[in-house]
Amino acid sequence: MLRTLFAKPRLRGGVHAEERKSATENAPVITRFPLPKKLYIPLQQHVGKPAEPMIKVGDTVLKGQLLAYSQGMISAPVHAPSSGLIVDVNDYPAPHPSALPIRTIVLETDGKDEWLAVPTVEDPFLLPPEEISLRVGAAGIVGLGGATFPTAVKLNMGRENQVQTLIINGAECEPYLTCDDRLMQERAAAIIDGVRLMLHGMGTASAVVAIEDNKNHAYTAMYTAALPYAQIKVIQIPTRYPMGWDRQLIRYVTGKEIPVGARSSELGVTIHNVGTAYAVHKAIRYGQPLVNRIVTVSGGAVGQPMNVEVPLGTLISELFSFCQVNMDKTARIIMGGPMMGDALPHSTLPVVKGTSGVLALTQDELRDKQEQPCIRCASCVTVCPAGLRPLDMANNIRINQLDTAVDLGLKDCISCGCCSYICPSNIPLVQYFKFASGEVMARQQAQHKSEQTKKLMDARNARLEKVARLQAEEERERLAAKAERERRLAAEAAAEAEAEENA
Amino acid sequence: MYVLYAIISLTSLGLVLGLLLGIAAKYLKVESSPIVDELEALLPNSQCGQCGFLGCRPAAEALAEGKAPPTLCPPGGSALVEQIAALLGVDVDLSTVAEPELLVARVSEDTCTGCTRCFKVCPTDAIVGAPKQIHVVVADACIACKKCIDVCPTECLQMHPAEVTLRNWRWAKPKPVFTAESDALC
Amino acid sequence: MITYAKAATKLRSGAHIGTKTSISSIMGKVMLAITPATIFGLFCFGWPAIFLFIVTLSSALFFEACCLKLAGRPVKSTLFDGSALLTAWLLAMTLPPFAPWWIGVVGSGFAIILGKQVYGGLGQNLFNPAMLARVALLISFPIEMTTWANVSPLFFPGSPDIMESWRITFSSIVPDGITGATTLGYIKTEFSQNRLLSDILKDYSAVANFFGWTRGSLGETSGILLAGGGLWLMQQKIITWHIPVSLLGTVFILASVFHVIDDSHYVSPFLHLNSGAMLCVAFFIATDYVTSPNTPAGQLVFGTGCGLLIFVIRTWGAYPEGAGFAVLLMNAATPLIDYYIKPRIYGRDRHGKPLEINK
Repeated sequence: MLRTLFAKPRLRGGVHAEERKSATENAPVITRFPLPKKLYIPLQQHVGKPAEPMIKVGDTVLKGQLLAYSQGMISAPVHAPSSGLIVDVNDYPAPHPSALPIRTIVLETDGKDEWLAVPTVEDPFLLPPEEISLRVGAAGIVGLGGATFPTAVKLNMGRENQVQTLIINGAECEPYLTCDDRLMQERAAAIIDGVRLMLHGMGTASAVVAIEDNKNHAYTAMYTAALPYAQIKVIQIPTRYPMGWDRQLIRYVTGKEIPVGARSSELGVTIHNVGTAYAVHKAIRYGQPLVNRIVTVSGGAVGQPMNVEVPLGTLISELFSFCQVNMDKTARIIMGGPMMGDALPHSTLPVVKGTSGVLALTQDELRDKQEQPCIRCASCVTVCPAGLRPLDMANNIRINQLDTAVDLGLKDCISCGCCSYICPSNIPLVQYFKFASGEVMARQQAQHKSEQTKKLMDARNARLEKVARLQAEEERERLAAKAERERRLAAEAAAEAEAEENA
Repeated sequence: MYVLYAIISLTSLGLVLGLLLGIAAKYLKVESSPIVDELEALLPNSQCGQCGFLGCRPAAEALAEGKAPPTLCPPGGSALVEQIAALLGVDVDLSTVAEPELLVARVSEDTCTGCTRCFKVCPTDAIVGAPKQIHVVVADACIACKKCIDVCPTECLQMHPAEVTLRNWRWAKPKPVFTAESDALC
Repeated sequence: MITYAKAATKLRSGAHIGTKTSISSIMGKVMLAITPATIFGLFCFGWPAIFLFIVTLSSALFFEACCLKLAGRPVKSTLFDGSALLTAWLLAMTLPPFAPWWIGVVGSGFAIILGKQVYGGLGQNLFNPAMLARVALLISFPIEMTTWANVSPLFFPGSPDIMESWRITFSSIVPDGITGATTLGYIKTEFSQNRLLSDILKDYSAVANFFGWTRGSLGETSGILLAGGGLWLMQQKIITWHIPVSLLGTVFILASVFHVIDDSHYVSPFLHLNSGAMLCVAFFIATDYVTSPNTPAGQLVFGTGCGLLIFVIRTWGAYPEGAGFAVLLMNAATPLIDYYIKPRIYGRDRHGKPLEINK
C-alpha cells in the first residue's frame, strides 16, 4: 500500500477536454463514399524519405498497384487507391498548414475500382517473421494514429530488440475523433487478427490492447474478439488527454519510462495503433496495400458528421460536400484532432495516410480570444504531461532567449496542446514552442552553412594560391629554360667562333 | 585631527595602488587582443562588406574597440548579435534586430553571355560554368554577398528571396499583444 | 539566424479549443469567496468601514487606468479584468476600519503603482501588491494603522451614525472610547509589562473571535467566513491545498510545541490561527498566483516558510502581527524556490540528464 503511494505516478498531467464525440460515435462507418473523379496522391505521406515514382504520365494502373517505391531505410511506398489513368506527376499543395507544394501523382479514376490480382497466403503464421515485416513494408503501412512512422521499421526494431510487450493504442484521446472507436466496434476480429500477425512478425509473446474507459462498446467488442487468444489482453484505461501519447501509455501500462533519446523497443516495448493493426490484417490476409482509411468528419459546421472510409488522395473538399459542410459557418478547417491537429488554409488538399479526421469548426467551438498577460497561475505546469514549465519557456521565447528555452526543455515538448488548452490568458503557448523549435533548427542550419562557407572560402583561397604558385613556377621554369637556351646558343656560337678561329 | 589621519591614509593608499596599476598596465600589456580573433571566428568571414567595413577582420577590430554596434552584421541575424553581445559583455535588445531575409543570386538564362566574370569573384565558388556557357548559382552555397551582381555586364544576375518549401517552412512567432491598439479588437 | 518563412502569421497552432476559464472568471471567483467576510466586516464596523472600502476600491481603479494609459496598454479590457479591484479589495480588508480616507488612497496608489505597474503590470510583480501597500502604510503611518475600532454594527444603538461616520473617515475625528487594541496587540503590550498570559487572556472569547465579533481589520475578523471562502476556492480548483495547509500547519505545530513547553508565555495554537490576518493570508494572499511558486512542492516550501516567519515575528518580533512581512519575505524567495524546485521532465532525472536504460 505504502509502496504504491510512493511509486512514480503512472499518469501525469493531462486535461479532461470536452469530448464532443457524440456526433459520430454511434453511427456505423460509411463505406459507400462515391469514388472521386481524380485522386491526388502525395509521394510523402510518412516520416522519412519521399517515395520515388515508377510510373509515368499516361500509364493505366489497377487498384493496389505500386506507384512509387520506398527510398532508403525509413520510407514507405505509395499504391494506387483505385484503378485508372495517371494524368500528372507534379507539385500540388500539401495537406499541411502552409499548403506548400509537394510532389504528387494525380490519378484519373475509371470508375471500375478494379483490384490488382495478388496471390494470398494460406496460413500467414507459417511465414517466417521477417516475411511479415517485408510484406507490411511493401504494403506501404505507416503508423495510422497520426505519427506515420513506417510500421515495418518498427516491427524490425521490435524483433531485433526481442520485445516482450506489444501495446495496441486504442486510446483515441483527441476530442471529436471516433474513427478508431468505430473501427474497434465494427471490425474487432480483424484488428485482433492484425495484432496476432504483428506478434508473429516481432516474435513477441503478449499484447495489451489499451482502450479509454469512455468507449465501452469498443471495449466489449475487442474483449470478446480477443477471448480465444490468451496472449492478447484488452484493458480499460482512464479517459484523460493525452492518454494516447505513446510514452504516457507505455508508462501507464508497463510502468516503464522511456529515457529521452531512447526508443521504446530498447526497453522491450513496442506500441502500434489499432488502425495499423487493421491495415496489417488487410495486407497479410488479402494482400491489399494501404489505399484507403476511415476518416472522422465532424465539427459544428458539418451537416452530417460521420466516419467514412475513403480512398487516399480524396480531396477534403469532396469529403466536405459529401458530409454537407457549411463553408460559411466554417471558421477553421483542422486536419487531425483539435488539440494537436493543424489548421488548413483551404479544403482542396488530399486525405493522406495520417489523416484520422477532418474537422470544420465554427467560431463558437474555437477559442480565438485575445492573448492576455500571464498571471503565473501555473495550470500549464500542472497539466504538462512531459513535466515542463511552459510559462517560463514562453516568457523566454517572447524575448528571443531561445537558448534558455532549450535549457528549460523545449526539445522535450510534444506539442500536445494541454498548456494552450488550459491557459486562462489564451496564450498560444504551443505556437511559441513550435516557432522556437523551427528557429533553433534554422539557426543550426545557418551555423552549418556558415561553417560550409568558411570551408568553401578556404578551399577557394587554397586553389587560387596553388594556381598562382604553379603559374609562378611555370614562369620561373620558362625563364630558366630561356636563359639555358640562350646560354647554350651563346656557348655554341662561342664554340663555332673558336672553331673558325682554329681553322 | 582624526579627519586628517583618515585623509592622509586613504590618499596614500590610493596613490600606491594607482602606481601599481599603472606599472602593471605598462609591463603586463597583452599585445594583440585575442578578442578580435574570437570575434572574427564568430563572423561569417565571407568578406561581403555589408557592414561597411572592408572585410570581417576590420569589422571584428571595430567591434572590439567599441566603434561598431553588435548589430553590425546583417547576414548574421539575431543569433550572431546574441553571441557577439555575450562575448563583449553588453546588453542588446534582441527584439529590435531585424531577421535578414534569405536571398540567393539567380542567373537569368536569357541574358547570360558566359563571360565568367561572376564566378571569378564569387568568394564561395557558388557559381559554376565555363566560358561561353550559361552559368548557374548553387543556391546552398550562395551567401548573398552580391559581388557577382556588381561585375555582371548584362545584369543577368539578380537577388531573389530563397524559396520557401515544406522543408524549411516554420511557424511564425505569435504577435505580441497587450497594446492600446488591441482595444479595438475587444 | 535566417528567416525562411514569411507566411503563417495568421495561422494559429493547436490547441484549437480551450477551457472557458479566463483571468476575469478567476478574479471573480476569488472576489466571491471573500464577499461574505467583507460584508460581515462592513456590517460590524458600520459606515466608516463602508466609506473606506469604497474609497480604496475606486482609487485603485483610477490609478490602474492612469498607469495603463501612460504605458500605452489597452485600458478598457484590462481595467475590468478584476485584478486591480481584487488587489484593492484585499488591501481594504486588511485596513483598520476607522482609518481616514487618505490611508485608502495612499494604500491603493502604493499597491497599484509601486506594487504592480512599475514592474510591468499584471503578472510581472515580485511582491504581493496588497501586502506591500499594507506594510508600507504600517511603517509610514503607525498610529492610523493601529487604531482599531470596537465592534459597532450598522444601525446598532451606540454605533456612529452616518454623519459621525463621515467625520471619522473624511475628517479623522474619531470619538473617544470607541477604539482599543486587537487581541495580538494587547498580548504584546501586556507581555512587556511582565503580566502572565492567563491574566491577559481573562476576557478572551475564542467563539467571538472565530465568528468575528472582535476588534480587527475591516475584513479579517471572521475566521469562519474566511475559511469557508477559502475552502470553496479549493473546491472550485482556483487554489490548491498546498499553501494554506502548509502555512497553517506550520504555525499550528510551532505554536503547539511552544505552548506545551511554556503556556504562560506562548499563546495557544488556536488563538494563533484564529486571530489577525492568519486565515485571510493563508487562503487569499499567500496563494496569489503571481507571487507564489508554480510547483506543488515549491508551494509547500513557500507555505511552510510563511508559517515559520509569521510565528517568529508574532512571538519574538516588534510587531504583534507578522503576516504581511512574512509573505513579502517569502515572495522575494519565490524565484529562488522556482529555480531549485522544478518538475522532473519525462524521460530525464531531476538534473535533466536522460534516464538510464534498464530493461
